[in-house]
Amino acid sequence: MRHLKRIAIRLAAGIGVLWGAATLSFLALHATAGDAALATVAGDGANPTQAVLDRVRADYGLDLPLHRQYLNYLGKLLTGDLGESYQQRIAVTKAIGGQLGETVQLAVSAAVVAVVLAVGVAVLTAGRRRWIRSATSGAELVLTSFPTFVLGLVLLIVFSFQAGWFPVSGNGGVEALVLPTLTLALPIAATLSQVLRTELEEVLEQPFILTARSRGMREAAVRLGHALRHALIQIVTMSGFVIGGLLGGAVITETLFVRRGVGQLMLTATTTKDVPLVLGVVLLAATVYVVVNLLVDIVYGLVDPRVVTA
Amino acid sequence: MTALSLTVPRVSARLRGWRVRPGLVLGVAFLVLLVIAAIAPALLTSHDPLEISTDGAFLPPGGDHLLGTDQSGRDILARMVHGARSSLVMGLGATAIGVTVGAAVGLLAGLANRFVEGALMRLVDVTLSVPDLLMALVVIALLGTGTVNALFAVAFASIPYYARMLRAQTHVVRRATYVEAATALGLPRWTVIRRHVLPNAFKPLIVLATIGIGNAIGAGASLSFLGLGTKPPAPEWGNMLSLGIQYISNDWTMVAIPGLAITLTVLSVTVVGRDLKRRSEGRAV
Repeated sequence: MRHLKRIAIRLAAGIGVLWGAATLSFLALHATAGDAALATVAGDGANPTQAVLDRVRADYGLDLPLHRQYLNYLGKLLTGDLGESYQQRIAVTKAIGGQLGETVQLAVSAAVVAVVLAVGVAVLTAGRRRWIRSATSGAELVLTSFPTFVLGLVLLIVFSFQAGWFPVSGNGGVEALVLPTLTLALPIAATLSQVLRTELEEVLEQPFILTARSRGMREAAVRLGHALRHALIQIVTMSGFVIGGLLGGAVITETLFVRRGVGQLMLTATTTKDVPLVLGVVLLAATVYVVVNLLVDIVYGLVDPRVVTA
Repeated sequence: MTALSLTVPRVSARLRGWRVRPGLVLGVAFLVLLVIAAIAPALLTSHDPLEISTDGAFLPPGGDHLLGTDQSGRDILARMVHGARSSLVMGLGATAIGVTVGAAVGLLAGLANRFVEGALMRLVDVTLSVPDLLMALVVIALLGTGTVNALFAVAFASIPYYARMLRAQTHVVRRATYVEAATALGLPRWTVIRRHVLPNAFKPLIVLATIGIGNAIGAGASLSFLGLGTKPPAPEWGNMLSLGIQYISNDWTMVAIPGLAITLTVLSVTVVGRDLKRRSEGRAV
């Protein structure tokens, strides 16, 4: 019962966030839609008559009172209608849907690589000799300071142009996925492993670890079987940060490696001031964030009973 | 005698502190160099960043052009030195705007009644649900591209973080015993806020803002790299880098030099920021 109540509260909060995001989107659209009506018919040097402009405005529903426009907008959103792209003249959902697969593939593989790397490095280095830890935390600091595009370029120069192991750009095959995945994953992995190591070192000081060791458990079993399980909770709480890193990083990575995907779509839409498309991607990002956080909350309550009783 | 024996260990402890943190010294030195480049670029280079040299394009580093020339025969060192200013302006400007607006929102939320606080913090939640870079892109899609708009975009994306931290800090300080004491002494509410709550709530903000400057410089360079910020031919590291990519297969120095500069800048600011953080938390330096 407690579980359900907690989840219901979180669900309501998540819906609240999405409603807020939708409202802000509506305001942004409203603030620019006047220009947009003009822009769609008044391309290079064309001079539309007032009648044409009025018809376009009516098409977009811009002649209705504000609250009606707002309700229309929310109603359409609920049916999955994000409006029409100004530039591509197709539904925003269709434009995004066409690119989604590539980005999901990139983001999922980067997330897996990041978590595996972070867990591996943290388990191996936590509580070890001083120089090992300074060397790893130094490497982590440098990795988190690399802007995504610089890191991607370093990988490109070393592994594509000098070594010739991987293709420079494109969407074709697994080889083309390796460098973009690393570019996205490494900074996230560095941050995660910093947090995870601190957490692991704290857990390794706990009495139950001493008990496990005194039972004659091997170090690897202590670290993987006992300490890691506790420390992983910390990683779960950082899922919001991971999603932000993946989605933001996708824009840069896809541009750098000339890959198709939502990030590339977002950049093109931004440059061409295609506001409905930009807001569509943003609403998608917010939805992913809310859904993942909700899932994390549910898992959290199941894994860690203290959350519910607190 | 006693005075001497008391001062000697303190001095040597301080020296030891410096010796174990060479990273901090290097970071500060690099930032000092950047500030010099931003204020007086002529001290570091005699070339004009826009001048097309008659010596030729794609010159390798060395000779009259220390870092070589780019595809139009412009001196790369001059462009790097002159580009320092726009990086620093981006970092300091965006952080200043983000901190000011964020602090105002956070303070208001921390001091106002529950209704205002709830509304403001839900707004912060909404903006936090969108990744920073996407948030910046929305601002640019609405305002248009260019140096100033990119600065606003980076600033806007940072507001919720400062707002959230200042609100939390305000709550902590409001419950502190010294604030309770001041209130009990009968000081008016605003005097208590001005004299006790504000200074103490702002302290951790300074640390966060220092690290934020590094992030803002990186974000600004990213936007220029994407072609949304400062446009060529103006010397700016992000756009130099994206220009260099076209020639990456013959001459990777055009990419490596600005890339290294951006990374070193972010790294230096982060190192200094972390040191400040460690000091403010009272941990061993």
